[in-house]
Amino acid sequence: MTVAERRNLRNGLLFCAPWLIGLSVFTAYPVGASLFYSFCDYSVLQAPVWCGMENYKRMMRDTVFWLSLKNTLVYALLSLPAGMVVALSLALLLDTGARGMAFFRAVFYLPSIVPLVASAMLWLWIFNGKFGLLNWVVGPVFRFFGASPPAWLGDPAWAKPALALMSLWGVGNSMVIYLAGLQNVPRELYEAAEIDGARVWQRFWHVTLPMISPVIYFNLIMGIIGTLQVFTQVFVMTGGADGAPARSTLFYALYLFSVAFYDLRMGYASAMAWVLFLIIVALTWAATRLTEKRVHYGT
Amino acid sequence: MKWRWAWLSLLLIGCDRTPPDHKVHITYWEKWSGAEAAAMQAVVDAFNRSQDRIVVEFLSTSSVDRKTLVATAGGDPPDVAGLWVPNIYSFADRDALMPLDDFIRAEGYTLDEWAARYAPVYADMVRYRGRFYGLPATPATTALHWNKRLFREAGLDPDRPPRTVAELDEFAERLTKRDPRTGAIVQLGFLPQEPGWFSWAFPQWFGAKYVDESGEIAIGHSPAARTAYEWVARYTRRYGLNEVRTFVAGFGGFASSQNPFMAGKVAMVLQGVWMDNFINQFAPGLEYGVAPWPAAQHGQENFTVADLDVLVIPRGAKHPREAWEFIKYVNSINPYAQRSEELQGMELLCYLQKKQSPLRQWSPFFERHHPHRYIALFRALGDSPNAIHYPKIGIWQEYRRELDSVFESVRLLARSPEEALAFCQQRVADSWRWHRRSLERRGALWTIGTPGEHP
Repeated sequence: MTVAERRNLRNGLLFCAPWLIGLSVFTAYPVGASLFYSFCDYSVLQAPVWCGMENYKRMMRDTVFWLSLKNTLVYALLSLPAGMVVALSLALLLDTGARGMAFFRAVFYLPSIVPLVASAMLWLWIFNGKFGLLNWVVGPVFRFFGASPPAWLGDPAWAKPALALMSLWGVGNSMVIYLAGLQNVPRELYEAAEIDGARVWQRFWHVTLPMISPVIYFNLIMGIIGTLQVFTQVFVMTGGADGAPARSTLFYALYLFSVAFYDLRMGYASAMAWVLFLIIVALTWAATRLTEKRVHYGT
Repeated sequence: MKWRWAWLSLLLIGCDRTPPDHKVHITYWEKWSGAEAAAMQAVVDAFNRSQDRIVVEFLSTSSVDRKTLVATAGGDPPDVAGLWVPNIYSFADRDALMPLDDFIRAEGYTLDEWAARYAPVYADMVRYRGRFYGLPATPATTALHWNKRLFREAGLDPDRPPRTVAELDEFAERLTKRDPRTGAIVQLGFLPQEPGWFSWAFPQWFGAKYVDESGEIAIGHSPAARTAYEWVARYTRRYGLNEVRTFVAGFGGFASSQNPFMAGKVAMVLQGVWMDNFINQFAPGLEYGVAPWPAAQHGQENFTVADLDVLVIPRGAKHPREAWEFIKYVNSINPYAQRSEELQGMELLCYLQKKQSPLRQWSPFFERHHPHRYIALFRALGDSPNAIHYPKIGIWQEYRRELDSVFESVRLLARSPEEALAFCQQRVADSWRWHRRSLERRGALWTIGTPGEHP
């Protein structure tokens, strides 16, 4: 290595240093440490003591752990597909080139920049069983069928659907990504399809969807990661980390939080974090395998 | 080259924390905000004025327990932390608190003599495994609060509160009103979940034990606990799950004029000594009475749930001696005070927060001119043999969460009391074994039943 090369290398590393140090100190080290702690009896306050697989074995017979996992998966199954459909539908509407599109794009994106805690407080009122806006709208429908409108967050049966409904409020981000994908679809494909006599639905099904399939795939993966880690809004809206009412909204991240910070079982919480990581990896892998044949990356 | 030195010296100046006044500055983190924090600030100011060696820097912070935990783990805790009393048990089990015993002895007291300065229930709460791990900041006891106007409207004597649980149920029934047209509830006499902070105490109120004499988790085998939760479920059955749910949805937050008790929607609640403050603020003029909570067992007089805010010195604090000086000051009084400005330490704090002092000795001024008109009752409740407090075990937070979960599922009629209790028993007992194994690994296992221990 010549002197100049060595100097370049040094300067290069120096310029990268803030990022390299940041990555190793604030990301790589904690991640590595949490893997180690997951095999330890560790409360944060005292030195960790190695206990082998104990935390992982415990998890297998911890009924509340399984409940939190089930709650999370149910929530993901409600929130993820609905979110994808709504985001794509909004993007399609915004892509029609109607007048005032820029305005509506901003309007639909707006909720995504409202802080989660603030929108959680707002939705608390929307879901209020007595004075809530939602029941003001759907109440008459329920009463028409002789049922009383649900108490949403007050009712274990309705709390998860309520939170999934609320998650639609934040589809702005994926909507914008869909929109970018839609605008990248070459117009000549539509023209060709039209000449071949394809109707709206056929153009959507045979041109649009295949062309934006990488975007759909991307949103699916990000959605899986996001919904499995849902925390803030639930923590705010259900008043703590035990998933009121009756643990119906006790999601994985909430249980992890209370194990770590209320029960001071940091080792167990680390193990839970790693299991969640593995679950996300597995689901991402499965999603990739299942969609492999349907995702087209141009030519 | 010169620049380099300039940077370095700037860095060093930044690190130099010796204050210019040559006094010892200690940090004190406290959970309170608003008026309660202002009261403590006044005590801190008085302490800072009372001597010229130590300056307490008071910081009001949210989630003080978690922040203290993280700071202690990081080796840079505050010198004094204002925690909740159950934190003592879980923190002490992890060796995160300094015992105060040596400081107390250095003051010329034996531990028992020091304990005797307080009403027994409070001394008992801060004494864990025979050692003092903290001292009281402010205490609280709870009592029945009832709305006299609603009593009168229901044809009840407004000066005759229920004395037994049977009377409570009966009065509650008479105080309940429904909309004659829709059948919707418009007023309830009593609701076990309002405010819901003491639902963990219902089993003990009915005579159950959380931990038995041998130190094992005992809730699941207790017939009294089952009776307590059956009583809870009866309220839901009587008034209707959906009806109660809709009614409750109309409640505002605790600290608001839509608080169901203050708004006259619930006629009787179990509340603490602090309630008077909030009533004065949000519902001035509310005509209410305070009396001991009704008895659930024969001869159970003056039942109360006692609670305590505590001051502790986290392990690793830089100035433990100075921290003790401050804690000692907070736990002192001026018995000769003639005016509120002359009150000192504990009495100044409790006067401003309108709570009773946990100390046995009250200055004549504090006793006579206390701003809370029912303070004598709350003081007497602290001396009651039926004053209960959290069981002193390191997993209480978890235990309480499970008890809250039992309460929730029973109240929502999702589970029978037997079922919910069996689940709770199995879970907490398992967690208790786990916790003790963890202590054993570190040679810190102790047995309940050591002298001075009444969990």
